[in-house]
Amino acid sequence: MIGLSHYLTVSAALFVLGVLGIFLNRKNVIIILMSLELMLLAVNINLVAFSSFLHQVHGQIFAMFVLTVAAGEAAIGLAILVIYFRGRGTIASDQADLLKG
Amino acid sequence: MIQTLVFLPLLMAAIAGLGGRVIGATAAKAITTGGLFVSAALAWTIFIGFWLNDAAAYTAPVLDWIESGDLKVAWALKVDTLTAVMLVVVTSVSALVHLYSWGYMEEDPDQSRFFAYLSLFTFAMLMLVTADNLVQMFFGWEGVGLASYLLIGFWYTKPSANAAAIKAFVVNRVGDFGFSLGIFATFMVFGTVSIDAILAAVPGQAGATFSFLGARVDVMTTLCLLLFVGAMGKSAQLGLHTWLPDAMEGPTPVSALIHAATMVTAGVFMVCRLSPMFEASPTAQAVVCVIGACTALFAATVGMVQNDIKRVIAYSTCSQLGYMFFAAGAGAYGAAMFHLFTHAFFKALLFLGAGSVIHAMHHEQDMRFYGGLRKHIPITCLMMTIGTLALTGFFFTAGYYSKDAILEATFASGTAHGLFAFVVGATVALLTSFYSWRLVFLTFFGQPRWAASEHIQHAVHNAHHGRGDHGHAHDDGTAGYHPHESPLSMLIPLVVLGAGALFAGIIWHGAFVEAETGAAFWRGSLAFDTHLMHALHDVPAWVVWTPSVAFFAGLGLAWHAYVNKPSIPVWWRNEVPGLYDFLLRKWYFDELYNAIFVKPALWFGRIFWTRGDQQTIDRFGPNGAAEVVVAGAATLRRFQSGYLYSYALVMLVGLAAAAAWMMR
Repeated sequence: MIGLSHYLTVSAALFVLGVLGIFLNRKNVIIILMSLELMLLAVNINLVAFSSFLHQVHGQIFAMFVLTVAAGEAAIGLAILVIYFRGRGTIASDQADLLKG
Repeated sequence: MIQTLVFLPLLMAAIAGLGGRVIGATAAKAITTGGLFVSAALAWTIFIGFWLNDAAAYTAPVLDWIESGDLKVAWALKVDTLTAVMLVVVTSVSALVHLYSWGYMEEDPDQSRFFAYLSLFTFAMLMLVTADNLVQMFFGWEGVGLASYLLIGFWYTKPSANAAAIKAFVVNRVGDFGFSLGIFATFMVFGTVSIDAILAAVPGQAGATFSFLGARVDVMTTLCLLLFVGAMGKSAQLGLHTWLPDAMEGPTPVSALIHAATMVTAGVFMVCRLSPMFEASPTAQAVVCVIGACTALFAATVGMVQNDIKRVIAYSTCSQLGYMFFAAGAGAYGAAMFHLFTHAFFKALLFLGAGSVIHAMHHEQDMRFYGGLRKHIPITCLMMTIGTLALTGFFFTAGYYSKDAILEATFASGTAHGLFAFVVGATVALLTSFYSWRLVFLTFFGQPRWAASEHIQHAVHNAHHGRGDHGHAHDDGTAGYHPHESPLSMLIPLVVLGAGALFAGIIWHGAFVEAETGAAFWRGSLAFDTHLMHALHDVPAWVVWTPSVAFFAGLGLAWHAYVNKPSIPVWWRNEVPGLYDFLLRKWYFDELYNAIFVKPALWFGRIFWTRGDQQTIDRFGPNGAAEVVVAGAATLRRFQSGYLYSYALVMLVGLAAAAAWMMR
């Protein structure tokens, strides 16, 4: 029987994957965006799992909100990336160090 | 009347100085000169009132100034015989110098500023001589110092003029320090700064002593010596004299007005004004006498070898001021004031005459490049000769009466320092006659020696350039230059002063120094010693004849050395270069002061600057703080990698830590 703990385990694993994707990736800013999406989805799994477990609909509604926001965020993020590429000629994340002191 | 007299020059100075650009130079010149002539007319009215009629001394209050506890100082104009004499001297010479400057400063672009300074000086000098209290006198004292500084440095593009102006100011600060200490001490002792009140209280303090570092010191001696230090600074007495010759960097009318006739005599005036104080301290009198005699001798010896015409007259002024001081030190205040009075005429005449020569010789001031000028500028020559006769004490000229009175008074005073002053004074009379006639012979007699002068060459070159005929051969030493007599505006003051130099002595010696009439003339405005003045008639005949012998001996020596056999000065210069250099370098006073005061002051300043300011205060203060910030920032910036993932990691760690903290 697949219980709540299995969902939570998968969700945690996805979340950690997303976090590690942010720090360990030195290549590409798009991967950071993807990792963010991954983390949001991990949270969504959590919300839906608890919603089902507690027989309450709030979690699923929240998941819908998160999906919407994530879609908007992805659109804006990609748009920024296009502009960024025009300006810098690259989207490699180890070249993006304008804040270096 | 006295208020108009004193404040008219200030008003004119303000108008000419502040509005000179609006009203134009001619208007500025006209109102300052006109104002001064009005003041001079008023001054003569006051003086004649004291001289011929029995005008009473009075004090005209103007304003309250300072009231603080016991200290009460008011602006008030004190008018008595002594003041009247000074008023006449100051306003007459000033008015004539204003007139003279019309011609002398004709080509200067800053004439309204010059005339404003002259009038400002006159105002300050009038405040000084009419002072009712010591603080007001100090105001005038500093005012004339300021005007002197401004006028010495009038040609401010000349570095030497600026240096001379600063030197005059700094050396005078030394004297003024003594003067202000004297004023403070006088207030401590008498509890007032009013001159009348102080002089009335002097007998009560005579012989009083106070304890200083365990020694008993005489009160009046201390006060007088402190005040005398101020007089020494202003009147260029030995030790504080170094600024006066350098002050000749200013325009010549300034030298005549400030550095011959009026400002430098302020010290003598102050000693005479406070003469009852000096009378109460024989020690101070002896010091005044000896310093005056030493100054007279020093300046006369230096004057013998100087080549700059204005410097010779400047040293002569210094020397004559020495005469006035030793006369005052010997107790003959009337004679000191008499010499001040006559000296103002003939020394202003000599300076203005020298200015006329300089004007004629295209700003050449070196007498070695003069010679034979009497044919070219006869009126100037005549007036300079009259001035020299008066200065050297030829019979019945102004200097004859005043110098004789001084020498006889020193002899008759019978004190040791009086006799010392007499011997020195007689020697100085000889030296005075020598260097004065040397000046006349070098300038007006002999053959022209102008060709070697750069100024003359410049003038001739320009003139020829204009006409376009180069290459004239002149073997008469003139280089083809033709000196021209000065304009009328310069000659009129010369003639007026010449009349004063001839007749001031014979007219006024009765009033100033005669025992019978002197006391009635001065009316207690200075300590007039009738006994001493009576004794003048009883001195031996050789004392009476000494100045005349000195006059003829000096004249003969100068004629022999500079007209008859011009090889003699050259021989002296070559055979005893040590003595010649010693005199030419002014007894090495400047070198000595440079080594004792200027160099150590610079050295100390440098130490304080580098060690104290730069290496201590700046290093640990502002610069140190800035360096700590810079070093801290350099360390902190290493944490700013600029990579997104670093910041994300830090955020995560922070979030995790916060979460751990919340859920503890």
